[in-house]
Amino acid sequence: MDLQTVWFAAVAVLWTGFLLLEGFDFGVAALLPVLGRKPADRHLMLRSIGPLWDGNEVWLITAAGAVFAAFPGWYATWLPALYLPFVLVLLGLIVRAVAFEWRHQSHDPRWDTSWTHVITAGSLIAALGVGAALATTTLGLPIGADGIRVGGSFSGVGWVALLGAAAVGGFSVVHGALFLALKTDGDVRLRAQAFALHWAPVAALPLLAWAALVHLRYGTSVTGALWVVGALAVLVTWARIKVDREGQAFAGWAVMLVSSAATIFGAAYPVVVPSTIDPAFDVTIAEASVSDYTLTVMTWAAGIGLPIVLTYQAWTYWVFRQRLTAEPQHEDAPDAGRAPAPGEVPA
Amino acid sequence: MDVLDIARWQFGITTVYHFLMVPLTIGLGILVAVMHTMWVRTDKPEWLRMTRFWGKIFLINFVLGVATGLVQEFQFGLAWSEYSRFVGDVFGSLLALEALLAFFLESTFLGLWIFGWGRIPKKVHLATLWAAVIGSTVSAYFIIAANSWMQHPVGVVADDATGRPVQVDFLAVLTNNTAVAAFTHTIVAALMVAGGLLVGVGLWHLRRRKLAGRPADEIDHAVWRRSVRIGGWVSLAAFVLVALTGDWQAKLMYQQQPLKMSSAEALCETEAPASFSIFAWSKLGSNECDDVHSITVPGLLSLLAHNDFSSEVPGVNQLQEDYSEVYGATYPDDPSRFGALAGEPIDYQPVLAVTYWSFRLMIGMGVVSAGVAAYALWSTRRGRVPTSRIGVYGSLAAVGAPFVANAAGWIFTEMGRQPFVVVPNPDVPVDEQIWFFTAQAVSPGVTAGEVWTSLIALTLVYGVLAVIEVGLLTHFIRAGITSGDTSATPVGTGPDDDRREGPGGDAGGVGGRRTPGDDVLQFAY
Repeated sequence: MDLQTVWFAAVAVLWTGFLLLEGFDFGVAALLPVLGRKPADRHLMLRSIGPLWDGNEVWLITAAGAVFAAFPGWYATWLPALYLPFVLVLLGLIVRAVAFEWRHQSHDPRWDTSWTHVITAGSLIAALGVGAALATTTLGLPIGADGIRVGGSFSGVGWVALLGAAAVGGFSVVHGALFLALKTDGDVRLRAQAFALHWAPVAALPLLAWAALVHLRYGTSVTGALWVVGALAVLVTWARIKVDREGQAFAGWAVMLVSSAATIFGAAYPVVVPSTIDPAFDVTIAEASVSDYTLTVMTWAAGIGLPIVLTYQAWTYWVFRQRLTAEPQHEDAPDAGRAPAPGEVPA
Repeated sequence: MDVLDIARWQFGITTVYHFLMVPLTIGLGILVAVMHTMWVRTDKPEWLRMTRFWGKIFLINFVLGVATGLVQEFQFGLAWSEYSRFVGDVFGSLLALEALLAFFLESTFLGLWIFGWGRIPKKVHLATLWAAVIGSTVSAYFIIAANSWMQHPVGVVADDATGRPVQVDFLAVLTNNTAVAAFTHTIVAALMVAGGLLVGVGLWHLRRRKLAGRPADEIDHAVWRRSVRIGGWVSLAAFVLVALTGDWQAKLMYQQQPLKMSSAEALCETEAPASFSIFAWSKLGSNECDDVHSITVPGLLSLLAHNDFSSEVPGVNQLQEDYSEVYGATYPDDPSRFGALAGEPIDYQPVLAVTYWSFRLMIGMGVVSAGVAAYALWSTRRGRVPTSRIGVYGSLAAVGAPFVANAAGWIFTEMGRQPFVVVPNPDVPVDEQIWFFTAQAVSPGVTAGEVWTSLIALTLVYGVLAVIEVGLLTHFIRAGITSGDTSATPVGTGPDDDRREGPGGDAGGVGGRRTPGDDVLQFAY
């Protein structure tokens, strides 16, 4: 296998890793107004992703960085073609990040509520925008012969973008609900289970449809088989959540994403940006990639660096592995059970 | 304005804004890690309070740095796609390696530090902060190596077919002398920012407490006093290193980008010995070098450039001629690559007023902050606390000056690079050199409306966030130590428990009483 193919796979793995990890913190954030009825519930939900979201977000930065590093021709074609959608995603990510940190810096309930809304809105914008961008990059952008977008600012945005937005949005909310079912206890856990049970089959449809479209356009029997695995994983997820096996349900949903992503990237290979104007203008890995020397350097760096990253990220998940409850019992706090004052962070 | 100008403004605004957070993150991160280490070693409550207070300020600032850093990475693809295409073989890999080898480390371990209080063993917890701090420093190295490659491209050869740089020596890119000098200069400048904040805030609290005649809480007093002393010494030491590394950088620049340095000096005609300009007046803004007059120190510029008092330093006018000869007097007549500038004459001289004054602002503000640090150390010697009004203004200057110096430094180094985005490397024979004009770097397919939209949206959001950040930081700084150290009081003993001050606070220092859930959230989220 040549290095360009290795890096195409690496980029696919990084984007999939990003969706898999940040997907649940996007989802938890999006579900704040749905599952978080009381301030204490919302606080619990945010605590479940608090130590993890920042590390998860680096997957996005690394995925985008890997596209730039390995396939600058892809980067330089893709981003300007979707200029405004990408700017919107960036704005969503900016306000979301600061909202996580700043939300608890005041005791004013209005402050708290406003930043909670910002977290939800920013996360939704980012999830939908990334979905739209990834779907158009696998199903086509109006790219001319010189790799430059033909048409106006929104000529790259069509039903495919909407499908991608729905796919990543749908995946993320159910992923977030399953994560909450796995990580929390009490009302939030029950509501999250009910939500996942109700919405999992619906939420999987856009992602499966997107994967099916890419498969039908470019796919092989292998990608077809991968698609079937993804579809079956939805059934497993649904059946497992029904019998309260949250861990298995979460894993099933993750398999759904990984299979679908493998279908999509596997079928699209070796095209990185298909042109909707003329297949002759498609950008392929060969045209888009850097030199073999640079790919070799990066392969060494990634070969050494990535296992280390995975190890310490896994350790983070291990450190924060226990279920969270809205009202933990502190044996040494004399009044752990008292009602929290309005706006106060509950004990 | 056309796309090129708007995109340049956007890059300038987002970069300067991002770089307000970065030095504080790097510098304060190192200092907080030292404070935390001292607490683990000595178990003294004042070190814990210092860690918690300064750690909180560090975190509020850190997250805005992360959020605005995102824009930087994407901006290369969005507004500067031809640049991305051209330099992808070198520049992109540095960004990717930064994310993989440094940013993961920083973000993951910072999460562990924030939420790890009372949850993981004390020494492991300390190690998580050091890992995050090392991550942010390594991250700075990769980014500066990427920037330095634009200032001085090494380790590449030009591809015969496309003219694009092809990387042949990654180690040379990583050990670029431009990068090593810029990195050390930036890290010590970051320590000046952090030191200045410690001095300013500490001095303000010390003086306020003394004037209010507040009952002395010895631990609090020790915290503020120690902050001033540490900040003062760090600032002074960093200032010496900033000057030394700055001199090193300047000498490299005289070899690598002579026009940048001659513009910084408004040195119009070649001189031997060359004199250093102290102050310039008349038509500096006209960008006609010969209209500029300045007060000079004879021979000093030769010393700065070449370590002797007599050697020749080329002036702007001569360099402009030399550059026109080698790199062309006009842009190639190719509108698809050079836009409105196709066929126009090339002005190799950066904007004189910007390079000249940003250079002076950088040095001047560095001197101001070193001066304030020296004043702070003098006025707090042997247990003294200054009560003069100068103490207040001094503390404000201590906080502000290093930020201005840092921003001015970057404006100088980036604006001084124009009209190139990748500056030719003079150590390489001319026919093998690689260079790229800023005019050809911009994304060709993007409309002015799109870039305007993003420029306005980003600037507005940045403006709002800046107001909130400054408000939050001011709030916590005014509230003092206990707002950053809720663990210092027993949890849940009253509605205002996190605002309480008092010697009872050291209880949290020993650990064990902390409840990992909410007190951590009060600290961080």
